[in-house]
Amino acid sequence: MLKDLFKTKPKYITVRPPQELGTRQEPAEKRDIPDGLWVKCDRCNQIVYHKELSKNLNVCPKCDYHFRIGAKERIDSLLDEGSFHEINSGLTSTNPLNFPEYESKTKKSQKATGLTEGVITGTGTIEGQPLVCAVIDFGFMGGSMGSVVGEKITRAIEYATEKGLPFVCISSGGGGARMHEGILSLMQMAKTCMALNRLAAAGGLYISVLTDPTMGGIYASFASQGDIILAEPGALIGFAGPRVIQQTIRQTLPPGFQTSEFVLEHGMIDQIVHRKNLRATLGFFLKFHAREDKGGQAIG
Amino acid sequence: MASPGYCLDFEKPLVELERQIEEIKKFAAEKNIDMSEEIRRLQEKADQIKQEIYSNLTTWQRIQIARHPKRPTLLDYVGMIFTDFTELHGDRLFRDDPAMVGGLAYLDGRPVTVIGQQKGRDTKENLQRNFGMPHPEGYRKALRLMEQAAKFGRPIISLVDVVGAYPGIEAEERGQGEAVARGIREMAALGTPIVVVITGEGGSGGALAIGVGDRILMLENAYYSVISPEGCASILWKDASRAPEAAEALRLTGKDLMEFGIVDEVIREPMGGAHKDPKAMAETLKEALIRNLLPLLDQDKEALLTARYDKFRKMGAFIEG
Ligand SMILES: [Zn+2]
Repeated sequence: MLKDLFKTKPKYITVRPPQELGTRQEPAEKRDIPDGLWVKCDRCNQIVYHKELSKNLNVCPKCDYHFRIGAKERIDSLLDEGSFHEINSGLTSTNPLNFPEYESKTKKSQKATGLTEGVITGTGTIEGQPLVCAVIDFGFMGGSMGSVVGEKITRAIEYATEKGLPFVCISSGGGGARMHEGILSLMQMAKTCMALNRLAAAGGLYISVLTDPTMGGIYASFASQGDIILAEPGALIGFAGPRVIQQTIRQTLPPGFQTSEFVLEHGMIDQIVHRKNLRATLGFFLKFHAREDKGGQAIG
Repeated sequence: MASPGYCLDFEKPLVELERQIEEIKKFAAEKNIDMSEEIRRLQEKADQIKQEIYSNLTTWQRIQIARHPKRPTLLDYVGMIFTDFTELHGDRLFRDDPAMVGGLAYLDGRPVTVIGQQKGRDTKENLQRNFGMPHPEGYRKALRLMEQAAKFGRPIISLVDVVGAYPGIEAEERGQGEAVARGIREMAALGTPIVVVITGEGGSGGALAIGVGDRILMLENAYYSVISPEGCASILWKDASRAPEAAEALRLTGKDLMEFGIVDEVIREPMGGAHKDPKAMAETLKEALIRNLLPLLDQDKEALLTARYDKFRKMGAFIEG
């Protein structure tokens, strides 16, 4: 019943007001949180106790800066405990162009992240709602999309289509398409988008979550195409990189340019969601769209 | 025919020799003396040099040809290949983007929709057309016209020539990423035949946004790449001047793309590039367009869309262990 539907309306959907649109701080280190007892926040420069930061989902307790987190941490923080099953984990990159230093770079990323490639895909539940998910790890070659990332995301979308499950993608990628695989990387944009068409035709839900940073060919393909698009506060989101724009137009970029708050204001995303509310928000949207026949929550 | 007023570095020996021949011819005519033997000898030499230069082009030299200021643009081809071209303007949302041109035309008597980026043919036109780099509204106009084509069952011919998506504040404000993605997505689903030709520069997302189709063709000196060689060199070696090296590494020529299974056919250009003989180029291109389009016309919509999906679905290289 419609009445019942509204009963489930949660209180936890919050739209944060745009943050102070100061100049966006580029994190000094490309990867996340150094080990050690104390961490200096990239934005407010205050010293934070490492344990306190972890407990706070790697959000600065002083200024709310959202640190970048890896794909595994993300899955742990979002999905119901023990529900995640990875799929297509055995896919690895070749060097189809024989591109200089590509193998050494992927090896370095594998070592740094403990992943085989830049995205983890799988199935699981959030607040009991089943889903197929893909989580891109910025620590793996800047979260760039080569053949493996494109193929795994495409397969995840196809799996969701086949099983009638929703698809949730958590994006982060600084450069977008991975130049080391040349044109093959560019074509992953088409491949993933085409799979989304089939998911849409089958009535499947796609939620895209943008985290810092989501740029280039990742934003200009699947990441900008969600039925619902969410973003963490203060993330860099856009197509052309700010440095390239600055070099081209030779002007200072406006404060807050290409932040989550900027793309919300310009109508490109639905909501900004604080990391501490992300799980509940996703849970709400999944439940809201649950399909009776697919093991989700029955409505009415 | 030498292109007047502009020559590429590697063409200099040839251009110099051709200039000498012209001078001798003029001199001989003025003085009314027979220098035909001398001229014949030099002409032979020129032909030989021409052969040497143009049959061994490096990737970087091809890129120079693809970017040649005299290279035929969309509207040049439209005038030579199609009849009754009628331009249609605007995305119905924000403004008409002169960097993207689209309209109706007949190809060999058949109604089609033609779209593509339009570079300027001089500085003034380049400024007006933003050097052929569309804003989001350009992609949205192209998409509007393509959807219209699908509605009326007209095939689509997309001619791609763009250095890359425009890096600008307004382009970001109006959702360039979304416009590119939307273009890709919708083109994939249009139930009408689409033939794409990379005629000059196939610059990353700005190219792919109008680059999804049933047949993907490339002119011989065109290139198609995920990133500009300059951008790649800057990231890789912090040195944009190493672009020629990056160009080799990126494997972005028609021949490379055939090997990767991205491109269906590479179309021969006149010796020295399309700008040396635009009319001959247009004739070759017209023949290729018709030949590639005809088999698509017989396919029913479902088969067409399935084949298009499968075509792109296969793209990529990985190991599954
Ligand atoms: Zn802080």
